[in-house]
Amino acid sequence: MALFARTPRAPLEYSRTLWMRLWVGAVMVFLYAPLVVLMIFSFNDSKRNVVWRGFTTKYYEKALGNDQLVEALVNSLTIAALATLASLVLGTLAAVMLWRFRFPWKGAIDGTISLPIIVPEICLGVAFLMFFAAIGWPNDLVWPFNLGAITIAHITFCFPFVTMVVRSRLASFNREQEEAAKDLGASEWQVFRDVLIPHMKPALVAGALLSFTLSLDDFVITYFTSGPDTITFPVKVYSMVRFSVTPEVNAASTLLIILTVVLTFVALKAQGVKAIAETH
Amino acid sequence: MAEQDWKTNRGVFAAVSLPTLLWVLLFFLIPMAIVWLYSFGENRGLTEIAISGTLDNYKRATEWLYLTIFGKSFAVAALVTLICLIVGFPVAMAITFASEKWRPWLLLGIMLPFWTNLLIRTYALMMLLGTQGFANKGLGVLWEGASWMKALVGLQPLPTWEPVELLFNNFAVVFGLVYVHLPFMVLPLYAALDRLDRSLIEASLDLGAGHFRTIMRIVVPLAAPGIVAGVMITLIPALGAYLTPDLMGGTDSQMIANVIERQFKKANDWPFGATLSFLLIYAMFILIALQSMRRKVPEAH
Repeated sequence: MALFARTPRAPLEYSRTLWMRLWVGAVMVFLYAPLVVLMIFSFNDSKRNVVWRGFTTKYYEKALGNDQLVEALVNSLTIAALATLASLVLGTLAAVMLWRFRFPWKGAIDGTISLPIIVPEICLGVAFLMFFAAIGWPNDLVWPFNLGAITIAHITFCFPFVTMVVRSRLASFNREQEEAAKDLGASEWQVFRDVLIPHMKPALVAGALLSFTLSLDDFVITYFTSGPDTITFPVKVYSMVRFSVTPEVNAASTLLIILTVVLTFVALKAQGVKAIAETH
Repeated sequence: MAEQDWKTNRGVFAAVSLPTLLWVLLFFLIPMAIVWLYSFGENRGLTEIAISGTLDNYKRATEWLYLTIFGKSFAVAALVTLICLIVGFPVAMAITFASEKWRPWLLLGIMLPFWTNLLIRTYALMMLLGTQGFANKGLGVLWEGASWMKALVGLQPLPTWEPVELLFNNFAVVFGLVYVHLPFMVLPLYAALDRLDRSLIEASLDLGAGHFRTIMRIVVPLAAPGIVAGVMITLIPALGAYLTPDLMGGTDSQMIANVIERQFKKANDWPFGATLSFLLIYAMFILIALQSMRRKVPEAH
């Protein structure tokens, strides 16, 4: 019975008080109960989600046999991978620029780079819709080039997060290491590759993970930039939820939740919980 | 060694700055500028939009209907933030003062939903709150229990339980937004509380203040920057929320984002949609300006 403390409680051990435990427990139930119910009912042998009618995996077969859904998932993963890669490069360069150099208009540029984090998703979505319409972006390209518009939009809102994470990591870099490397004859590129990148590595892992989930998660901006042939997973699930609630949606959602959990644990292995918590 | 002047190493500066600056200009500033320009335009024909410098869109946005929607969105976002703060603060406290063994797991517990797809979380909540969902069944059981109790003491039993509509109303929107945004509030609060000097709390307790008084007079003021950060991080996305009011709200729970979406997908009035978008962005700027003003005040002393 861990709930009832046996050893006397020190004054600051707030988390050992009973009401604190009940509160945290209630919050965890609040956060997880809906997801657990969703996952359980993906195995329910019933068209409607309400009553338990026995165990089945047929909705997984159905979800995996739904070509549109699978295509949407493949699109989403492709976009997320591309956006993550580009965001890593752009975000790291921006972080190095802001950390290393003093230049005119620095404050304004710094602010502008982090603006996409603050601007509401709906406004960004609208902006991309109008932008791609205004420049006449072609929407009849072959896969994967038809995903270009969505990927561009995703890079724009993902890379500032990478910049933020990498920059806070660079703050702990001892610039003398860079000097030493240069004194020993390293070129700018060698310093970047062999000294800076190893120091930034945890932030790069965290930034990549953040970009990947942000991209995979995004509905609103994609909703405004996607065409009829470029459906992503959230857009597809949205239309499924709007029209009918079926266990197929539960099955597809469960698969994505599992993917999220696996990704999180991979990140934990690479980083430790605390380092990841600090990135938020 | 301090920051390097860009002139001393132009080659490296160009290599690190040009890609980002070009990207931000092309794929952020120009799209935003287009929205801004369109907000001064008007529809001419079905697809043609003329940027005529008219202020009619802004005039229309000050109509009573849109003012109430703006007001309502603010009220909903503020209420959601307040509930998140009240619910989240004890959780952040518990994580901060948890043992080394438990802390990472509690943090993970808060973060995992944060990483989970927003649409899936909204859908999960919809399943639970529906007329046939578990929330309703739970209430039904309580209702029958109350009815039975009344019958037991000789009173008229309650009428039979009718499932209540928990979805598609304002309650569902607030509930859904709290559900979605709670981790946004807890993480910055935790970050602030974790940095707190514990000896100050111990001193306060030693000098005779109770736990509640210590929290209100010592912990809260010291954690103020984190609280403000948590409030902003929750308030801003809640104000621009689209998905939750769209899926869980009723006809009267539209928020600004839903009205903006309608201008583009249904009403086909791009200039007016652009105007509303920019008004929402201005609102964000005002909020952030207020925050940075607040931050500067203590430094002045």
